[in-house]
Amino acid sequence: MTTLAYPARDSLTMLRRNVRHMLRYPSLTLMLLGQPIVFLLLFVYVFGGTLGAGLGPDGGRGEYLAFVTPGILVITVASVSLGTAISVAMDATEGIMARFRTMAISRASVLTGHVLGTLIQAVLGLAVILAVAMAAGFRPSAGGGGWLAAAGLLVLFTVALTWLSLALGLVSKSVETASNLPMVLTLLPFLGSGFVPTDSMPAWLRVFADYQPFTPVIDTLRSLLLGTPVDGGGAALAVGWSVVIALVGYVWAKWLFPRRAGR
Amino acid sequence: MRTSTQPAIAVTGLRKSFGDTVVLDGVDLTVEPGTIFSLLGPNGAGKTTTVNILSTLIEADAGTARVAGHDLSRDADAVRRSIGVTGQFSAIDNLLTGRENLLLMADLHHLPGAEGRRRADALLERFDLASVAATTPATYSGGMRRKLDLAMTLVGDPSVIFLDEPTTGLDPRSRRTMWDIIRDLLAEGVTLLLTTQYLEEADQLADRIAVLDHGKLVAEGTADELKRLVPGGHLRLSFADPATLGRAATALGEPAGDEESLTLQVPTDGSAGSLRAVLNRLDDAAVDVASLSVHTPDLDDVFLTLTGHAAAPEPAKEPAP
Repeated sequence: MTTLAYPARDSLTMLRRNVRHMLRYPSLTLMLLGQPIVFLLLFVYVFGGTLGAGLGPDGGRGEYLAFVTPGILVITVASVSLGTAISVAMDATEGIMARFRTMAISRASVLTGHVLGTLIQAVLGLAVILAVAMAAGFRPSAGGGGWLAAAGLLVLFTVALTWLSLALGLVSKSVETASNLPMVLTLLPFLGSGFVPTDSMPAWLRVFADYQPFTPVIDTLRSLLLGTPVDGGGAALAVGWSVVIALVGYVWAKWLFPRRAGR
Repeated sequence: MRTSTQPAIAVTGLRKSFGDTVVLDGVDLTVEPGTIFSLLGPNGAGKTTTVNILSTLIEADAGTARVAGHDLSRDADAVRRSIGVTGQFSAIDNLLTGRENLLLMADLHHLPGAEGRRRADALLERFDLASVAATTPATYSGGMRRKLDLAMTLVGDPSVIFLDEPTTGLDPRSRRTMWDIIRDLLAEGVTLLLTTQYLEEADQLADRIAVLDHGKLVAEGTADELKRLVPGGHLRLSFADPATLGRAATALGEPAGDEESLTLQVPTDGSAGSLRAVLNRLDDAAVDVASLSVHTPDLDDVFLTLTGHAAAPEPAKEPAP
C-alpha cells in the first residue's frame, strides 16, 4: 500500500457519486435549467419585440433573440454552478463531509469531484438551452474556430463560477443560505450586457456594467457566436476575470474545506 | 496483525479552546490495543471535541497524540488509514442506496472492485441490512441508519474505531443491538474509543472509563475501580408533591434531586444507622416519604461524587437505558 493519495482515482469516485446524485435527484437540475429557459422565452416572446426595436433601426424580435442568447447561456452557467453550492452545503451539514475528512483520501478530490460533476451538468445544460434558442429561431454564424473558442470560454467561466460557488457553499452554515448566497451570480448578467446594451444605461451604472466580470464574457461570447469581430481587450478581460474568479474560489474553498466543522 | 505492545491511543496534555471557551483543558489518555475505552461525561464535557481531534477533523491547540502508532500532527494521513469514525450525526449519503454507500467507501479505500463488493455484501449481511440494501436511507429507521453508518466505518478494516455517542437517540432494542455489535468488534481485536453520556453503557461495554467534566479528566479506571471511589450507594426518596419535596430537600441539606420525578438522592454508606438518621431528620421536619429505595453504588454516584453535579446537567431528553 503506497502512502501517496490517489487524487485522480478519488476525484473520479467523487464524480461518480455526484453524477449519481444528479440522476437520482433530477428536480434540482431541472430547477437550475428551468430558470434560464423561462428567461429566454420571457425575454424573447414577451419583451423581445420592444427590446429588439431598441437595438437599432432594423431591430426586432429575431435580432433580440440573437442578442440575448449569449446572456442566457452565461446565466445557465451561473445557475448550474449554484447547484454546487447547494450540494456541497448538503454534504457539510449531513456529516458525510466529516467522514471524508477522516479518511486517507486526496483532500482536493471531494471538491474537484463536485467541480467536474457541475461541469458535465453545465455542458449538457448549455446544449439544451442552445437547442431551445435554435428552436426559437437563433441562427449562430460562428465558424469552427468560433465555436471552439466559445465552448472554451464557457467551460472556463463555468469552472470559475463553480469554484466560487463551492467556497460559498462551504462558508454557508445551512443549505438554505447556500442556495441564496450565489443567487447574486444569476442577477449580475442583468446589470451588464446580458439583456440590453450597456450604452443604454445611465452613466453611473454603465461604469459598473462595463467592467463587471459578466459583461466581457457575454460580449466576447456574443461576438464569437454571431461571427462579428471579437474585441481583443474585452476577450482578455473575460479570460482574466475567469482566471481570477477561479483562483479566488479555488484557494478559498481549499482553505475552508478542512476548517468546515462537520455537522 | 496487531501484535505491537504500544498503546493504540496515547494522548498527553491535549488542549483546545473555541474563542474564549476552554473545551479541553489538558487531557491525558492511554488506550491499550484490543480494549474498549469509554469517555464518559455530560453534554459539553469535551467528548466530541476529543474525538474530532483524534480523528484528524480539527487540530488541538496544544498537546501530543499518537493514534495506532502514528503522530497525529506529523502523519495525519497514516492515522486516517488506521481509523474509522462513527459520529453522533449520521455520516451517510442520503441519495445513495445502502449498498452504494458501502461501495463508495470501498472505492475511497482503493479496494479492487470485486473485494469492495464482497466486503459491502458481507457487511450488509452482518448488520441485517441486506433486505434494504437497494433502497436509499430515507426509508431507514434510526437504528438502521446507525448500523449503515458503522458498516461504512468498517469497510476500510480500521484497527482503531471512534464511536461518538453511538446509541444516542436509539430505542432500547436498537441500543442493545449496537452493544452486541460493539462487543463483536472487540472480539475481532479492534480498539474502540467510545464516548457516552449513559453511565450504564460505559459500565456494560468499557474495559476502562475516563470521566470527563468541563474539559478535564476527573477520574479514570475500570468500572469497579471507579465504583470503589464512592463509599456507599444512595437512598432514593420519592415524594407526593413538589412542596413536600422542597421541605425534604431543606431538611436534608439540599441533596441532588429531580423535581420532575419528585425524587431526592441522598448519599449513604448503606448502613442501617445512616438510613435511620435520614428518616429521623425527615420525621423531625414532618415530611412524608411516599417511597424509598436503597441503591448500591453505580456510576451515577461516581459522577456525583467526583464532579458535585449529576451526569445529566439538564433533565435528560431521553432516559438512559
